[in-house]
Amino acid sequence: MTFDFAPFVLSGRVYGSLLNHRTALVAVESVAHKPPYNGLPRAPVLFIKPRNTLSVSGSPIEVPAGLQELEVAAMLGLVIGITACRVSEARAHEYIAGYTLVNDVSVPQPNYYRPSVRYKARDGFCPMGPRVAARDSIGVPDALTLRTFIDGSLAQEASMSQLVRPIARLLADVTEFMTLAPGDVLAVAAAAPAPRIRAGQTVSIEGDGLGTLANPVVAGSE
Amino acid sequence: MRARVAYGGAVHEARPATGTGRVRLADGRELAEEEVVWLPPLEPGTILALGLNYADHAKELAFSSQDEPLIFLKGPGTLIGHRGTTSRPVNAAFMHYECELAVVIGAIAKKVKRAQALQHVAGYCVANDYAVRDYLENWYRPNLRVKNRDGATALGPWFVDAADVADPSNLNLRTYVNGKQTQSGNTRDLIFNIPYLIEYLSSFMTLGPGDLILTGTPEGVQNVLPGDEIVCEIDGLGRLHNTIRADLALGR
Repeated sequence: MTFDFAPFVLSGRVYGSLLNHRTALVAVESVAHKPPYNGLPRAPVLFIKPRNTLSVSGSPIEVPAGLQELEVAAMLGLVIGITACRVSEARAHEYIAGYTLVNDVSVPQPNYYRPSVRYKARDGFCPMGPRVAARDSIGVPDALTLRTFIDGSLAQEASMSQLVRPIARLLADVTEFMTLAPGDVLAVAAAAPAPRIRAGQTVSIEGDGLGTLANPVVAGSE
Repeated sequence: MRARVAYGGAVHEARPATGTGRVRLADGRELAEEEVVWLPPLEPGTILALGLNYADHAKELAFSSQDEPLIFLKGPGTLIGHRGTTSRPVNAAFMHYECELAVVIGAIAKKVKRAQALQHVAGYCVANDYAVRDYLENWYRPNLRVKNRDGATALGPWFVDAADVADPSNLNLRTYVNGKQTQSGNTRDLIFNIPYLIEYLSSFMTLGPGDLILTGTPEGVQNVLPGDEIVCEIDGLGRLHNTIRADLALGR
């Protein structure tokens, strides 16, 4: 995906933050203080979507053979504009070039302890787009709401105002130990419960000023 | 075997020169290995790393048997070349090295069977995958704050062609801290060996040229402190040096 402002292209490196929407944290509250978790997360809970997962609006999402459903998480992708290393919370927004929509697709599973990469790292499991909207065209990102539709019916609304760690704080905490490069994407705000999709349906994610990221769901072959 | 080094304002391919501790640039110049800046030998695509893939190390960390490989992902910012320095957060109590065989994928691998898996391997490197265990949390282990820190995965010195490694399933690994051997193992003891890992991974994700698989570390990890020099060595692949520095320069 290219766009007409710096850094012009995405790097292909996509990181995501989990359990950072109040609904998602509430969903794990009953187990969080028991083994194996033994307490709520302290640092940001992060994951990586590798390059084989990356796809665009319109590309099919394959349900692996033997499974009925997948989960989708509408996320706001922060597109990094300039090298972000140990940024302060006060200046964090200056490091964002723009925003895009990210659909974090997963095989449903209940484990947050040490989930296998095969749940999130399958081919095509990270559609992004349809475009990168410039930071200033969006205004205050913490006021955005992402809507997920399945076959046109509203399945979820997730407001960025419900973030446990707001965007600026998240960028400060993440870049304290890992530098984000221009074109990298840090996706935020997966809400719970995650909508489920089946082969034959179309999932679309919308956000004001961000367009619509729509992907058909198809049955995978063996 | 070949390396990527910076010298005289440019990045060069380098190979071992005759005489110990010397390298030869593609243009013929020969230099002492301390004269060049060693970069990671490749700019990888996806970086996959194995946890607890040697039975002895799994026992060391009190883990029981597993039914599938424990794999996590890393970003490119964590890589650092031979003779680099890796920072240790000043307040950390336990940071350890992990000597690992790194496998470099050479050809697209999708639903590859074990018997054909090694045909998709371009070559091998030595890796030293540091962990700062103080930051370990029980959500999405091992969390990125432990395992994906800037400059905390040393790779190199060399990329070694697969054709030059007779048997990747029988390579000795050793780590030395300030000259004293602290870790030893052999890739024959991998719980999930390279063909298995390629079959497993490629069953759900397409691997591409330049993707890296760090195959895990044997027992013998120990805490390292600022000033310590760590050398990770694998038969035929070279000796990867790294020095620990305190993170004081950054005010942490």
